[in-house]
Amino acid sequence: MNATAAALNLAPLLDVRGVSKSFRKADGDALVVLEDVNLTLRPGEIVGFLGRSGCGKSTLLRLIAGLDDPSRGVINYLGRPVGGAAAGMAMVFQSFALFPWLTVLENVQLGLEALGMPEPEMRRRALQAIDLIGLDGFESAYPRELSGGMRQRVGFARALVVHPNILLMDEPFSALDVLTAETLRNDFLNLWGEGQLPIKAVILVTHNIEEAVEMCDRLLIFSTHPARVMGEIAVDLPQPRHPDDPRFRALVDRVYVEMTAKPRGERVGPKSERFPGTGIGTTLTHVSSNVLAGLMEAVAGPPYNGKADLPAIAQELRMEVDDLFPAAEALQLLRFAEVEGGDIRLTEAGLQFTREDTDDRKKLFARHLITYVPLAAHVRRVLDERASHTAPKSRFFDELEDYMAEEGAEQTLRTIISWGRYGEVFAYDDHRQCFTLENPT
Amino acid sequence: MRLDRLPISVLRTRYVPGGWDLLAFVLVFAFFVYAAQAARGLAGSLAHLEAVPISLAPSALVGYSARTALRMLIAMSASLVFTFTYATLAAKSRRAEVLLVPLLDFLQSVPILSFSITLLFFLQLTPGRVAGAEMAAIFLIFTSQAWNMAFSFYHSLRSIPDELIEAARNFRLSPWMRFWRLEVPFAMPALIWNMMLSMSGGWFFLTVSEAINVGHTTVTLPGVGSYIALAIEQKDLAAIGWAIGAMFVVILVFDQLLFRPLTASADWFRLDQEVGLTPSHSWALTMMRRSHFLGLLARAFAALLRAGMRPGATAPAALERRASVWDAGWVDYAWYALLALIGLVALSKTAGFVLGEVRPAEIGQVVILGLITLLRVAVLIALASLIWVPIGVWIGLRPRVASIAQPIAQFLAAFPANLLFPIVISAIVLHKLDPDIWLSPLIILGTQWYILFNVIVGASALAPDLRYAAENLGVHGWLWWRRVALPSVFPFFVTGAITASGGSWNASIVAEVVSWGQQKLTAHGLGAYIAEATIQGDFQRSVLGTVVLSLFVVTLNRVFWRPLYARAERKFRIA
Repeated sequence: MNATAAALNLAPLLDVRGVSKSFRKADGDALVVLEDVNLTLRPGEIVGFLGRSGCGKSTLLRLIAGLDDPSRGVINYLGRPVGGAAAGMAMVFQSFALFPWLTVLENVQLGLEALGMPEPEMRRRALQAIDLIGLDGFESAYPRELSGGMRQRVGFARALVVHPNILLMDEPFSALDVLTAETLRNDFLNLWGEGQLPIKAVILVTHNIEEAVEMCDRLLIFSTHPARVMGEIAVDLPQPRHPDDPRFRALVDRVYVEMTAKPRGERVGPKSERFPGTGIGTTLTHVSSNVLAGLMEAVAGPPYNGKADLPAIAQELRMEVDDLFPAAEALQLLRFAEVEGGDIRLTEAGLQFTREDTDDRKKLFARHLITYVPLAAHVRRVLDERASHTAPKSRFFDELEDYMAEEGAEQTLRTIISWGRYGEVFAYDDHRQCFTLENPT
Repeated sequence: MRLDRLPISVLRTRYVPGGWDLLAFVLVFAFFVYAAQAARGLAGSLAHLEAVPISLAPSALVGYSARTALRMLIAMSASLVFTFTYATLAAKSRRAEVLLVPLLDFLQSVPILSFSITLLFFLQLTPGRVAGAEMAAIFLIFTSQAWNMAFSFYHSLRSIPDELIEAARNFRLSPWMRFWRLEVPFAMPALIWNMMLSMSGGWFFLTVSEAINVGHTTVTLPGVGSYIALAIEQKDLAAIGWAIGAMFVVILVFDQLLFRPLTASADWFRLDQEVGLTPSHSWALTMMRRSHFLGLLARAFAALLRAGMRPGATAPAALERRASVWDAGWVDYAWYALLALIGLVALSKTAGFVLGEVRPAEIGQVVILGLITLLRVAVLIALASLIWVPIGVWIGLRPRVASIAQPIAQFLAAFPANLLFPIVISAIVLHKLDPDIWLSPLIILGTQWYILFNVIVGASALAPDLRYAAENLGVHGWLWWRRVALPSVFPFFVTGAITASGGSWNASIVAEVVSWGQQKLTAHGLGAYIAEATIQGDFQRSVLGTVVLSLFVVTLNRVFWRPLYARAERKFRIA
């Protein structure tokens, strides 16, 4: 089936125009999580939403499913605005979302029961879906008796049985181990390719680049804070696709380049920190110092010798985008590395770090933390100025909340506490919830 | 595969009822006979009831147990209906929530005896008939069962995982279907546990519920509770013994036929495999599963439910859309203003009612009585903790012991304080002891077990790796308790202590006034104050005492237990 050619001639299933979503923060300000998204979905397509977790792509999926309303813009399904949970769109969840008290058969029948279908017909269709997805013999099992892969098969069967026009997949493979995920993806692609699935189009939300390239006809790449569509890549490789295929690798590389491209205006560049008081509002993603050290050592070592291709290093370290990108960005923030064009290159300081012993590493880390992370410098300054050398966490939390949502502030503080402890720049007492200068001796 | 909807006799040519069928058949019909017998008295007149006094003959206990058990079952069903409606409304409507949840908090703190004022109301409903008195008794049992069940259900509804709710919405389940397919099953494990607690509560206050005594009106309904009350009045030790035996049998039957199957099947409802004490084996459940006869009944029930689900299923998705007018801010303000107004009216009514009779100075005295009871509760909770925490840890680390200890503790929790009156009174009189001190242990008689229960659960949930690590590092003795055992059971202990403390306040009404025949001992305290006022029909003082007690309990919960609980959750739970 030549999906793309056919798709162009057909009326769109789904039309998303100028959709934004914002949430109200505690202080009444709006926090934008999704900005001005446009998308047209045609029959026969698998479209992937690619971005890091927490970037808002799942929010977009829920807006499409009608589980939530957009703040601005319209979502048209078959030419009519989506209002409330829509028929014709069924969802597969990352956590499976199976009802633990229902058997496999009952779980699969759930959507049909809601349609008020007569029992014999319901039974027939459920068994058919169970058959199709390879669950025969498990009809009377309870979800907790099944492995993760089998559970997600139930998730697929439950969604397919209602014969939806659009299958919405929210990171369906990311809770599974690598091998199981691969098997399930292949099975799904085979059924899709043979036209056996009672669906017209698929939206796949994922943060796994290889998975996206393997499955999708078209990829939308999302930025974070807020989520915008940074770029679109058409994947025109024939199925089945092989990760070893040079064209496949080239596409993966291209996605990495797109994803490491600097989005307009929001990156904390070297300039912004020269002015005291600015840059505190950067949301920091927590990355353990062990991961930072490990990544630097890997890039410094052979065969990379200080400069590595991100896809290559991701594969070698078995890191997913979700782990790799925050780590690379943390290194960039700390001036231990530069990330650009899908590559990571250690700076002189980064190379030096890999050569030092534990104590000197800590000292170097502390110096960079104070110099390049404004929040760390700020915390240290406050502690130095106070006679007691202690300051409650809530003080900084309130400050951060001017710039970000509660969750982001919590995460940023967690990061700064962890880095501050590693560099021994300051200590933190969780019991009293306050920062101090004293480490227990 | 689709054939199993046909009658069994058609489906299988050589159908022979199995042993499980026979047992099920006998049990089901015995239940109907039993219920019919127990219900026969309902239609009778009150005069007839008075003409036939309670008999202390052991043989009479068979009938009494039947009637008590039936009352408890009816009250339990009423509690379930209350739970499903009240808690659902509280969880689903933001506006109802602000009223219903604090109201539940207060209702839970009101001692059951204070509800006996309603006797006159129920008697007037059916003049001269026993039915009114029965309703009063069932209502009183209900008040000792319903609140914690409703609270547990509300709490469960609020903690359903987001993705399950999203799945239910995505597959467009109607509200009715969502209730039975998602909400009730999810809430089931916690609800069953609370039903068991409620049953124990019902037994503990049984004498108060069946032998109702308000002012000049006395109603004594045939039942185990009235039997115990009479035995105490007539100082009949043998009868007390028989009553304990009958109670034990009924509790055992409830446990085997109702709670064990429920807990065993509740394992199916759990989201994750928690380590707990739930017995996962029940012969009665096996019988129900294996018996075709009961299977048919169950299938009929399921079909009924499904029939109920259909009409909702065709309802449009528009149901999900909120009526926008109701979302407006001014509706909120109007609603809160209305609530405030109702509150003010209620406050002035109550104050006027109480102050019409009671001098303001007496309110101060009542508060002092409350402080005395507070001291009693605090000291005894502390003592009980010192005793039961180490024992609970010891038991919890030994699964075999734990499985034996759990049903025993459950029986002890149901053990009414009144049954110990003879022992306590003779000891106090014999040794010329101070009732203010020596009546106190009764206050914690039924509630200390909640501390034990929870500590056992906490200790059995202790991760084996932590135990091995401690052993490996040679952590022993006091250090082991301080660093391993106590921190890991602490959150569970706090939960148990909260339940025990709340229950002890309620128990003070039966623990501070104790009688045996003509002998009567009274301790100073709020419980005694309420008990005396209610029995004398002094409604003003009864209401005053109840209000003060409720305020004590709720304040204590807010300023002491809640922060402690939050701290325990934060500090000691392993994420």
